[in-house]
Amino acid sequence: MGFNARAKVLEADDIARIVKRISHEILERNKGAGGITLVGIRTRGVFLARRLARTIEEIEGNPVEVGELDVSFYRDDIATRGGAAAIGITNIDFDINDKQVIIVDDVLYTGRTTRAAMDALMDFGRPHVIQLAVLVDRGHRELPIRADYVGKNLPTAGDEKVKVSLVEVDGVDTVEIGEGNDAR
Amino acid sequence: MPGKSNGHKHLLSITDLDEADIMKYLDSARSFAEVSSRPVKKVPALRGRTIVNLFMEASTRTRMSFEVAAKRLSADVMNFQTSTSSLSKGESLKDTGKTIVAMGVDAVVIRCASAGAPHLLTDWVDASVINAGDGMHEHPTQALLDLFTIRERLGGLRGLKVAIVGDIDHSRVARSNIHALNKVGAEVMLVAPRSLLPDQVERMGVTVTGSLDEALTWCDVLYLLRIQMERVNESRFPSLREYTLQYGLTQTRWSRLKRKPLVMHPGPMNRGVEIASGVADEVESVITGQVSAGVAVRMAVLYDILGGSRD
Repeated sequence: MGFNARAKVLEADDIARIVKRISHEILERNKGAGGITLVGIRTRGVFLARRLARTIEEIEGNPVEVGELDVSFYRDDIATRGGAAAIGITNIDFDINDKQVIIVDDVLYTGRTTRAAMDALMDFGRPHVIQLAVLVDRGHRELPIRADYVGKNLPTAGDEKVKVSLVEVDGVDTVEIGEGNDAR
Repeated sequence: MPGKSNGHKHLLSITDLDEADIMKYLDSARSFAEVSSRPVKKVPALRGRTIVNLFMEASTRTRMSFEVAAKRLSADVMNFQTSTSSLSKGESLKDTGKTIVAMGVDAVVIRCASAGAPHLLTDWVDASVINAGDGMHEHPTQALLDLFTIRERLGGLRGLKVAIVGDIDHSRVARSNIHALNKVGAEVMLVAPRSLLPDQVERMGVTVTGSLDEALTWCDVLYLLRIQMERVNESRFPSLREYTLQYGLTQTRWSRLKRKPLVMHPGPMNRGVEIASGVADEVESVITGQVSAGVAVRMAVLYDILGGSRD
């Protein structure tokens, strides 16, 4: 376990600017906040989704709904992961039918989490479109998936790990690259 | 990775679990409860796994609860009932178990009149075994769902006072609950005539009283056991009328209480025996809550046992 950071890739200021930029991009692409809902993937995606929602509301003046999604039930690799104890609660208490649903995650890597998240969303309804916003895209896709909104493209080697820390859970806003198991 | 599987291949008795295991099941059951509230009540978590319900004793709710839990996780479920099976032709449990598992089954959920049969089955078959009640021994998922219900309603378990009323000696529900409540730091009082208590019951870490009224003023949770009608004619059982007068939650007792405890019952209730019909109506939401909790807890158990890596 543990994580040895080799370099800090993003500081708190950078992350704040990224959240602001992606908020504008979301509004531009979807022509305003009407019909937009954000769904964060547990754990850090949820906090990023809330930040985006807050920023969008500051810009447009309308509140945006934020859901929380745990994709454990939909993963294709449960056999190699922890059991029931690792599962968080999914909370999408609004209608996603015909909405523009934006999935928010911290790191886009193999694409398997995103695939699982899309499957999960389909069980809640039939969105008009699903888009994907990520803070970091580190490459190495194993599925035909790409993000619509990317905070930072971060070319990595397969044995490197990316660690995203957010104030809400980790007490600090950073993105670091390094080696270890305690990151993706 | 935060939170690993409990690491058990089987669930045979509460005594095999420690407090942390129990709490993990209760925590994860909350996530599974959410699945049952969705428009599409199904997730693909156990797709491709096969579970057999091997029920050698009459049971509707436990069997259905396990079946619903498995189906919501997308596992395939087969039901095996003795009346329609080779067991009634005299096939042994060992041969039946081996036959079932030879079909490529991942888990066997077993209900059996003989205490210890689930343990024996683990020696004979390669699949996971989940005890759904064995004789007068244990009924572990019932205790987990009861603890889940108590925690959801009262916010915690440690330090709570739980009174269990009824035929303790014959009750696997009572046994599993006593062990589980002790492990999570709740206090347990048993309310029953001496003839319906096991020998040396105090060794189980409980207090005992013959007075329901004493228990009612003491407890936060009143757990009424079902009176098994087939036992009423045994010599150590009081008459039904006498039982109701002394150990039944009658309307008079209930109305007299200023501070009402959480009333629970594993079902099915004998209205007018262990609980008055009017009281039963009043506390029904808790008892149906236990049924919903049963599905969530069994999903958590199946997922933990079948979802984690094993080899």
